[in-house]
Amino acid sequence: MKRHLISAADLSRADALLILDTAEELASLADRPIKKLPTLRGRTVVNLFFEDSTRTRISFEAAAKRLSADVINFSAKGSSVAKGESLKDTALTLEAMGSDAVVIRHSASGAAHRLAGWVQGSVVNAGDGTHEHPTQALLDAFTIRRRLRGSSTRGAGLDGIRVTIVGDVLHSRVARSNVLLLSTLGAEVTLAAPPTLLPLAVENWPCAVSYDLDRELPKSDVVMMLRVQQERMNAAYFPSVREYSRRYGLDAARMARLPDHAIVMHPGPMNRGVEIAADVADSVRSTIVEQVANGVTTRMAVLYLLLGGTEFPAVAQ
Amino acid sequence: MCATGSSVAGRDGLAVLDAEEIRRALTRIAHEILERTHGGEEVILLGIPTRGVPLARRLAARIGEFEGLEVPCGSLDVTMHRDDLRLRPARALGRTDLPVGGVDGKTIVLVDDVLYSGRTVRAALDALTDLGRPRTVQLAVLVDRGHRELPIRADYVGKNLPTSQREVVRVMLSEVDGQDVVLIGEEGRKS
Repeated sequence: MKRHLISAADLSRADALLILDTAEELASLADRPIKKLPTLRGRTVVNLFFEDSTRTRISFEAAAKRLSADVINFSAKGSSVAKGESLKDTALTLEAMGSDAVVIRHSASGAAHRLAGWVQGSVVNAGDGTHEHPTQALLDAFTIRRRLRGSSTRGAGLDGIRVTIVGDVLHSRVARSNVLLLSTLGAEVTLAAPPTLLPLAVENWPCAVSYDLDRELPKSDVVMMLRVQQERMNAAYFPSVREYSRRYGLDAARMARLPDHAIVMHPGPMNRGVEIAADVADSVRSTIVEQVANGVTTRMAVLYLLLGGTEFPAVAQ
Repeated sequence: MCATGSSVAGRDGLAVLDAEEIRRALTRIAHEILERTHGGEEVILLGIPTRGVPLARRLAARIGEFEGLEVPCGSLDVTMHRDDLRLRPARALGRTDLPVGGVDGKTIVLVDDVLYSGRTVRAALDALTDLGRPRTVQLAVLVDRGHRELPIRADYVGKNLPTSQREVVRVMLSEVDGQDVVLIGEEGRKS
């Protein structure tokens, strides 16, 4: 494993499995009376959030705290960024205060990559623009493996599992990271979206593409619904929300076409009634709450593997 | 800190305990545990991965044979509590499996293959503290090779093995390595 986690493409199959296996062991921590480990005592993790976020920031914070690291939370609102301070200067300031790792969320694609060139510590990408969100892909892979393969699955990949990712792929960093990671782990990924919401050169991605959700559902083991990112949409990508919802939204009738063992995922936050119907989101097949819990565990594994060893860990042996 | 690398092959070194001797040592330790814990009541055997776990299972099986008593047995991973984590790359975690009912008020016997610096046992005691409050904690090891760096000693020892720090003691068990043998070699301190 590299020193930073910028892209899901940085992870080899062995790296990804090491993270999932580590997360599997850490999952039992949630059932213990003392939900804390001393492993990262004395290390400092900075959460550098230039974009709004609930679950990712809190998830990283909880993960770092359960490993006994000190956490400094930074959000662009109410900071010197409002006075025009650049990303580089902000990062160097935080570094001078002694951070060992920076978790960054930024609206510009590539921000995490740039940051990695400026700071000494590890950089973890918590979402950069429409580019990548690797820890989300890891927690999704972890959730899929637990749900479909059971919990004693050390070393097992996702070989042969068919995952359909539905909706706003164009603006989704979650989709890109998931396609890269899930295909590394052996899953067969299909994107189902209107042509206007598929990125350029999607044919070079390691996945299949379909415009017809109904045809993909009966052969899917996992359906991952993406949020329609209205805030990033500056043009008309589909005629109306209602039409989008009718063709690509997951409602109870569509869910009934899934195989019995299939699960429904959503990275959150959801637009209930747009990409996913409320009764689907609350059904037993939905893993949405589980994904949040697994997020803490998976991020603990990532922080442990990046910071737990020597300064420049070479994890994969 | 047990010197149990996985890449053994040719230059194995000298066998100091063979399969039969390991069997006898474990039988004796099982009897000693029964004696010292008043018949093994409220005892839990916790193996420290990797090779402590099969040793704990074997001890539990012996105790079952002698007394018809089912002794719960589990594993306790100490990786996250080690004091040498920052001296090397982050390592994969072992499994922690506790018997149902937990460790509160029980007599815990920690089981490991080699007792050396005592640092692994220190980490195990810390890990155990986070899991509950046992009544007493004891330590069983197959080999005690000396050179303690902490004030720790074992309650049950399979064999005391005087060594130099340059030597490597390697315990091989059939569950993990395909054969039962304890080897001593001159390879410098590997672990």
